[in-house]
Amino acid sequence: MLNISGTQINFLKVRVITFILSAILIFLSIGAFFVNGLNFGIDFKGGTLIEIETSQEIEISGLRDNLNTLELGDVQVQEFGSSKNLLIRVEQQLGGDQVQQDVVQIVKDSLGSYLSTDINFRRTEVVGPKVSGELIQSGAIAIFVAVFAMLVYIWFRFEWQFSLGAVLALVHDVILTIGVFCITQLEFNLPIIAAILTIVGYSMNDTVVVYDRVRENLRKYRSKEITDLLNLSINDTLSRTIVTSVTTLLALLSLFIFGGEVIKGFTFAMIWGVIVGTYSSIFVAAPLLRYLDVKREWNTTSAVDSTR
Amino acid sequence: MLYFSNLKIFSVLAVIIITLLFAVPNFFGKDQLETFPNFFPKQQVNLGLDLQGGSHLLLEVDTEEIIKERVENLNADVRRVLKKNNLNYSNFKVSNESLKFIVEGFNSEIQKEISELSMSNSQNILAMGDQTNLIITQEENTVQINFTEEFIKQSVSNAVAQSLEIVRRRIDELGTREPSIQRQGSSRIIIQLPGIDDPDRIKSLLGQTAKLTFQLVDTSVNFDPFNPSKAPIGSEILASDADEEFKYIVKKRIMVGGENLIDAQPGFDPQTNEPIVSFRFDRIGATKFGRVTQQNVGKPFAIVLDNKVISAPVIREAILGGSGQISGGFDSEEANDLAILLRAGALPAPLIILEERSVGPDLGADSIEAGQFAAIIGFIAVIIFMIFVYRYFGLLADIALIINLFMVLGVLSLFQATLTLPGIAGIILTIGMAVDANVLIFERVKEEIRNGSNMINAVENGYKRALSTILDANITTLIAAIILFFMASGPVRGFSITLAIGIFTSVFTAFTFTRLLISLNAKRLKPNFVGLSKNA
Repeated sequence: MLNISGTQINFLKVRVITFILSAILIFLSIGAFFVNGLNFGIDFKGGTLIEIETSQEIEISGLRDNLNTLELGDVQVQEFGSSKNLLIRVEQQLGGDQVQQDVVQIVKDSLGSYLSTDINFRRTEVVGPKVSGELIQSGAIAIFVAVFAMLVYIWFRFEWQFSLGAVLALVHDVILTIGVFCITQLEFNLPIIAAILTIVGYSMNDTVVVYDRVRENLRKYRSKEITDLLNLSINDTLSRTIVTSVTTLLALLSLFIFGGEVIKGFTFAMIWGVIVGTYSSIFVAAPLLRYLDVKREWNTTSAVDSTR
Repeated sequence: MLYFSNLKIFSVLAVIIITLLFAVPNFFGKDQLETFPNFFPKQQVNLGLDLQGGSHLLLEVDTEEIIKERVENLNADVRRVLKKNNLNYSNFKVSNESLKFIVEGFNSEIQKEISELSMSNSQNILAMGDQTNLIITQEENTVQINFTEEFIKQSVSNAVAQSLEIVRRRIDELGTREPSIQRQGSSRIIIQLPGIDDPDRIKSLLGQTAKLTFQLVDTSVNFDPFNPSKAPIGSEILASDADEEFKYIVKKRIMVGGENLIDAQPGFDPQTNEPIVSFRFDRIGATKFGRVTQQNVGKPFAIVLDNKVISAPVIREAILGGSGQISGGFDSEEANDLAILLRAGALPAPLIILEERSVGPDLGADSIEAGQFAAIIGFIAVIIFMIFVYRYFGLLADIALIINLFMVLGVLSLFQATLTLPGIAGIILTIGMAVDANVLIFERVKEEIRNGSNMINAVENGYKRALSTILDANITTLIAAIILFFMASGPVRGFSITLAIGIFTSVFTAFTFTRLLISLNAKRLKPNFVGLSKNA
């Protein structure tokens, strides 16, 4: 029987360590962003992506050399899940949207004459410069809008101190998620934006549960020292935080292992985000409240507390 | 919170059963569904192109080209008026959106004449009640003419609407399965073609404006077709469609145009057996065509498509019946496509393909299979874990989770929302997150018991106290899903849909269904049912 209830862990005692850890991770993420940058997929960089399946195994380096003689600029060839599945990426061509369309035909013709096996074209994506520019813009806007919406919602439901604490934790999560993509150089494409938005929702969900308890305890124990009160609130909700994170991770791990190659990047981002989001609710969002001078005089006759 | 009136029990069960009914068709084949009684829902989940295979194209109407054409027409109109009034102009400049020139004796009379001519030539574009489509400014002898912004906007809007119609006609002619063709924003068109994973033919059909004209070949000059000299005034050099290097000198004047065609069909020349396209003109076209052929017997007549000469046969006799045929060394597919293009009509401006995403049927099927497998494994893992932590209550949450999953499927089928690969990921994520509401409640119940409440009161208060937390926590995720819905298109949008549906169904089942199950057993509940030790 698993029982995490009734713990009395002093989370705030380690806050200096976790704040430093978070600061280092944020610093690394920002550093990697400027040094490595994100490895944008064709959604954001434009270009052509072709996934093929062949009846025999293909020697990748030979195919890569052959495709690189086509004068299409940088052509990448990589295995995709198995040695018979290949992903071919061709960088965006100079000369606007119309020229991008010719690439598919050129690559298909070349593959047909170079490879002697049967080729099944599983996926073809061509994104022109206009669309990729718009996608990156709307993706960035969506993340900002989401964070801002959370700020407003928490402000509305709690107090500005909570809202600020939650949003700082949220920004922390978003930076670390983008950071992990800069460091690993995993492809950053449209579904990753969706993952980040979901992480924003999930992390907020976790934080709200802890904050809800903080507010409740603020009403209940009017003279309790704030550090003790925060510790109590984190411990009160710890069991729930862990159970929900575990169930979510179980589902995501299953998707990561069995869900196929196409959404691996997306699932990876989600798994990372759930871990970071859980960490930040406990070690960032809640301890931050200690410094934000939260209001102690809550109206005790509010709906939540009416029974006591 | 544990008391349920009979009416409440009935309505909760009714909502669940009705939603579940809508999920049922997804587990049967189309043929089996035919045998179901009529009242039974038969809609299955709509699969996105990434799951069923198909092609997505995003096109943009080249609006610059439309404005350029309008300015060119205006240019011709203005010069005609100036010439008619014997005015000498100089420094005539044509820019992207305006004309500018220096002229003496330009007055309001002439200004009016230009306006009227331009208005009458753009009748089909003007909105009702437009007083003018031109802004004419004069500074001493320098005159500048611009179109009004309203007119430009109207021209573009018309051209896009017209393009949409012609794209639809061209694609319909190919007989593809349930294509979806929609306008997006001011100048874009989204085409979804289920079941087509190689849209080459469609792309080439859409890549042509298909402007057909009949023009006389200029025979006044001798020239080398592979190295033509400058064309005389009133003529132009055009390349052959079959061979870029081979040029023709063709008179600029358009004798008859494709807009007068009423039909075009592919066929074979009975003598040579060569694929041809035969066409038929409307009354006006037939009259024009008859007159030209009558007056120019023995001369070559160029058939020009998108500024390339398909062929230039010599007119043997006057063609008065209003029908003819084009032969240009095509194969039968080319003849077929040309006939489609001519029947559908010319695009008002070229279309540019901005984005293409095509998925083959294999990949889609593989994705569904992998997604289903991942869902089942994730599901089993969550179920076992919940029983491990919450024992009997965990089992109740698991039953709710199963119902919850089918409800997501039912709601997707009911609203005919599109399920995509990220959408499947959203469902799997929901499996993990849907238990959250129950987890919050159960943890509260445990806490109440530890604080000395008896079991019934603990459950009562557990529900009561968890409510606002659950709402706050789920609203934040819902906000993220809504933002994603509005920002994204295509597959990613499918993710936001399943995520949002999952939030609603999980909160609903936690507060109605699991609560109902618990209330039915309220008297027999013991602390160890929620995962606490017996003597807690």
